[in-house]
Amino acid sequence: MALINKESVKKKMGSRIAANNFAKFLFILATSFSLLVLGVLLFRILDEGLPYLSLDFITSFASRLPERAGIWAALVGTIWIMTVTAPVSFILGVGTAIYLEEYAKKNAFTKFVQINIANLAGVPSIVFGLLGLTIFVRLAGLGSSVLAGGLTMSLLILPVIVVASQEAIRTVPKEIREASFGMGATKWQTIRRIVFPAALPGILTGTILALSRAVGETAPLLVVGALAYVAFVPENLLSSFTVLPIQLYNWTSRPQEDFHMLAASGIIILMIILLIMNSIAVYIRNKFHKRF
Amino acid sequence: MTTDKKNQNSIRAMIKENKSRRSQSAVMEKVVPKFFMICAVISIFTTLGIVFTLLTETFTFFSRVSIVEFFTNTHWFPFTADDNADYGILALVMGTLTVTAIAMVVAIPVGLAAAIYLSEYASAKTRKFIKPILEVLAGIPTIVYGFFALTFVTPVLDSIIPGGISIFNALSPGIVVGIMIIPMIASLSEDAMNAVPNSMREGAMALGATRFEVAMKVVLPAALSGVIASFVLGISRAIGETMIVTIAGGSRPTADINITESIQTMTAYIVQVSQGDTGYGTTIYYSIYAVGMTLFVFTLIMNLLAQFISRKFREEY
Repeated sequence: MALINKESVKKKMGSRIAANNFAKFLFILATSFSLLVLGVLLFRILDEGLPYLSLDFITSFASRLPERAGIWAALVGTIWIMTVTAPVSFILGVGTAIYLEEYAKKNAFTKFVQINIANLAGVPSIVFGLLGLTIFVRLAGLGSSVLAGGLTMSLLILPVIVVASQEAIRTVPKEIREASFGMGATKWQTIRRIVFPAALPGILTGTILALSRAVGETAPLLVVGALAYVAFVPENLLSSFTVLPIQLYNWTSRPQEDFHMLAASGIIILMIILLIMNSIAVYIRNKFHKRF
Repeated sequence: MTTDKKNQNSIRAMIKENKSRRSQSAVMEKVVPKFFMICAVISIFTTLGIVFTLLTETFTFFSRVSIVEFFTNTHWFPFTADDNADYGILALVMGTLTVTAIAMVVAIPVGLAAAIYLSEYASAKTRKFIKPILEVLAGIPTIVYGFFALTFVTPVLDSIIPGGISIFNALSPGIVVGIMIIPMIASLSEDAMNAVPNSMREGAMALGATRFEVAMKVVLPAALSGVIASFVLGISRAIGETMIVTIAGGSRPTADINITESIQTMTAYIVQVSQGDTGYGTTIYYSIYAVGMTLFVFTLIMNLLAQFISRKFREEY
């Protein structure tokens, strides 16, 4: 007499194994859905955007005629915004991270700053636009300028840079800090010459990723008052401006099919810029990342 | 004799130099932490700035429009003579919640299924292939998703749905916002499930459970707090999403929801006013702050809720 009734086990197991296989099929289906969407999205954009894509498209100003329109003003505007946002957010973000990781005592204030940064990261970007509109555009009297837009963007990506920098600083082991103190270095000397260089690749990677988010961000700059139709490039920090995503929004919201194709061409340029920034970030992470 | 004196002088010079260098670095040691602390305080001022800005301008708004009307009126119709204007936030909130609900119907099952597949079924090789693709999806600017919603998803829905669908509708941006959130839910949920120790999986498998049973009856319950928190964060993200709903959702605020018709969300209204030539100081100008305040409160509650869930209900192993 067999201890196990193979027949009944098989009967019971059969449905469970079938359920497992069916579920696995569903899970794979769901995962491939994302890949499928990405594929369709890229195909659609290339399909619509490639016809208008040319050197003239990059070097021309916006126009009412689709065949003459280009993204030059928007491209230069984006670069202007980044020249304000990059240094401001880098200094503030890394400074905050160094303070929190190296100087701050474990007290209520530090905890408050930390919670505050976590919550800032969850505030919708358009609310940062309202902040910029009141503080920079109206109260500081900067108007809808490059400076106002750049500062608004800095505050928007600040939490991302702080968190990334904190993580980078945390990976620097205690031993090399102690070695530095042992050689007679002061705290600031240790941070400047030991901790900061060791954490820099991680900090830079996080900063570039945060900046690439700012490049694609539309809503806050719309609220701050970036122009939708610009036929000039900004001359100084107080000039009015437009940026790439706003130009794309402007074209997308027009009913004519030709402008949609222009928008697709602009999206290709935007995606190439983001791709380059992300590649640089990944390169820095892989090339300079030190394991201790 | 002279060489001695020379030596003495040079030693004195050295001591002097060292002293000045030390005092210099002593100054740096004092100044530098102060500078970094100022940086940290700026992040607090950002939050204070947001709250202060929204509150003061919202107060001005409520000095002109009754707060009762704001919360009870179901019509939002500001672009008219001041006497006839309706400011009932419910119309915009319903638009936002509709899009959010559609987005979550898409994002929760797909995101969770992807997370289970990645953490329980996929080999290391497959995972290495799929995770970067999810990261790419997460990094696509919302303006691109908006373009996709308007020029692809809406026409496709129009041909599928009997009776057609308006050019601007709630369904298309809802689905696309959901697609945008999938990577976020997938990666946060996967993190939560990865944190479940392997010994628990092995224990269940040793008792004869299939992978599906392990996932549903062991891993998912153990990771539930993190998974739910990822849903809540997804909701918060959907509520605050702006460009997709502005481009594909239209600008017709209404509390009677029909997902094939045009709607307007809170975020889309703020963009609409910013795009128009509304003067500073008009009631419409202040209304975007009242709407922004409502939006801010909604997302803040969601974010705090997510933090609370993941802290309070975390299972420790």
